[in-house]
Amino acid sequence: MKNIRLLSRVVLKESIRRKDFYVLFVVTAVITLVMGSVNLFHDNQIVRYLKEICLLLIWISTVVIAITMAARQIPAERESRTIFPLLAKPITRTEVLLGKFFGCWIAVAAALAVFYIFFGLMAMTKEHHWPLTNYFQAIWLHWVMLGVVIAMSLLGSLLFSAVSANVTISFVVVAFILMLGRHLDKVALQVGEPARSLLEALFFVLPHLEFFDVRDLVIHDWPAIHWLVCVKATAYGFAYGAFFLVAACLCFRRRPLN
Amino acid sequence: MPIMFQNDSQKQSGNDTEDVLRVEHLCVEFRSREIRQETKVAVKDLSFRVGRGEVFGFLGPNGAGKTTTMNVLLGFVNATSGEAYLFGQNVREPIARQRIGYLPELTYYYKFLNAEELLRFYAGIFRIPRNEVERRLDSVLKLVELEHARKRLIKTYSKGMQQRVGLAQALINNPDLLVLDEPTSGLDPVGRMKVRAIIQRLKNEGKTIFFSSHELGEVETICDRVVILHEGELKEEGSVKGLVDKYQCNLEQVFLKVIGFQPEQL
Repeated sequence: MKNIRLLSRVVLKESIRRKDFYVLFVVTAVITLVMGSVNLFHDNQIVRYLKEICLLLIWISTVVIAITMAARQIPAERESRTIFPLLAKPITRTEVLLGKFFGCWIAVAAALAVFYIFFGLMAMTKEHHWPLTNYFQAIWLHWVMLGVVIAMSLLGSLLFSAVSANVTISFVVVAFILMLGRHLDKVALQVGEPARSLLEALFFVLPHLEFFDVRDLVIHDWPAIHWLVCVKATAYGFAYGAFFLVAACLCFRRRPLN
Repeated sequence: MPIMFQNDSQKQSGNDTEDVLRVEHLCVEFRSREIRQETKVAVKDLSFRVGRGEVFGFLGPNGAGKTTTMNVLLGFVNATSGEAYLFGQNVREPIARQRIGYLPELTYYYKFLNAEELLRFYAGIFRIPRNEVERRLDSVLKLVELEHARKRLIKTYSKGMQQRVGLAQALINNPDLLVLDEPTSGLDPVGRMKVRAIIQRLKNEGKTIFFSSHELGEVETICDRVVILHEGELKEEGSVKGLVDKYQCNLEQVFLKVIGFQPEQL
């Protein structure tokens, strides 16, 4: 456990010392502030569209951070050959992989906190209230979803030889699931075999990341979702995250390092 | 200043007859993924032992199988057959690496960390107690003459400094066995001299050093015993003095004779 903690701290330090997060945060903040300064439809009360744009940017930015960070972890270790002095120490490959996972997940949590604080401040200037329970549920489920995405990208980094291929495929898969995942079963009913069976199988096999998307809750100030639903969604996310991590550990265990 | 740490006396009072490193009938083959490509045999039936306190030279031309053997010893590559043991533990077990320090051929460290952070990270993996870490940090950084640059990011270091930070990380756990893969390769004469002086000092302190190098003059000066590998096979093994006496020439010429190099081939 200590090795995992040590390695995740190194990943966190790397993420802090890289510019990716800062660039994405500045872009998100600038776009949101510019949109907020334009009085569209001449309606001073209209805040929802601003919240929607800001949350969309936050979702895109955090998915970008999660995928790019996780996808480069193992390939960068192999490319810069830092993996050699590391594995020459009493540390297992499973610990290395878990350290990378938790490091990325914690770094993403820090990024999420900064993004949502900005969002909360921006929303509060317009609405003068802060529905904390809604915010907490939105952040928590968002973070669990990013955990699944990170585990998936880590697995991808061991399956695909190029980082760019893994990043592209991960983006396409995540975007596909978020946009079409919930409609796959309906689409399946409208097509013939064997596409129907394939789509139905995909519907049941793919992790439904859209379960974690509760942006509307924050945008429209809807009542908070039941905590049991939150717990079930969390368990669902953890199960998929664990599945991807176990698969990644099995891939990494006997993989030649050169 | 010696780099002995607490518990050194305990370590040294252990079983003196124990082999620090033992390789038995090691074979490593790499299967090609391409069709019709033959399996490449990198190491063939390699056996040797390294005793406590020895400085052991691991020699061979490029492609002889030195790095592959080192990779097996460090657990990076699994042997096709045969076994290797570090302090009696199979090299497949991570615990076997608790008492070794490894310096790779080229410097590969997290460039976004400074020397102090890097050494603290590795010290943590070795479970060195926090109060002891400070003392070891000061000691190894002083030994490799990097005290002044301990807070600077490694990416700002020169090649020689990076090699010395590599040596510092290899020494942070006060290892009983040091595995050095061409430690002076790519360094300028001053850098080489500094690294060589550190190795000499470690030798004087009684450390076991497993040492791969193409600098045969350096090997002749530092090593007690050598093995010469060629095309994955052990061609010669013995003390430096014994080999020099046997072939009636210096180690470089011994090496060339053993690998069958004829000057006319040039």
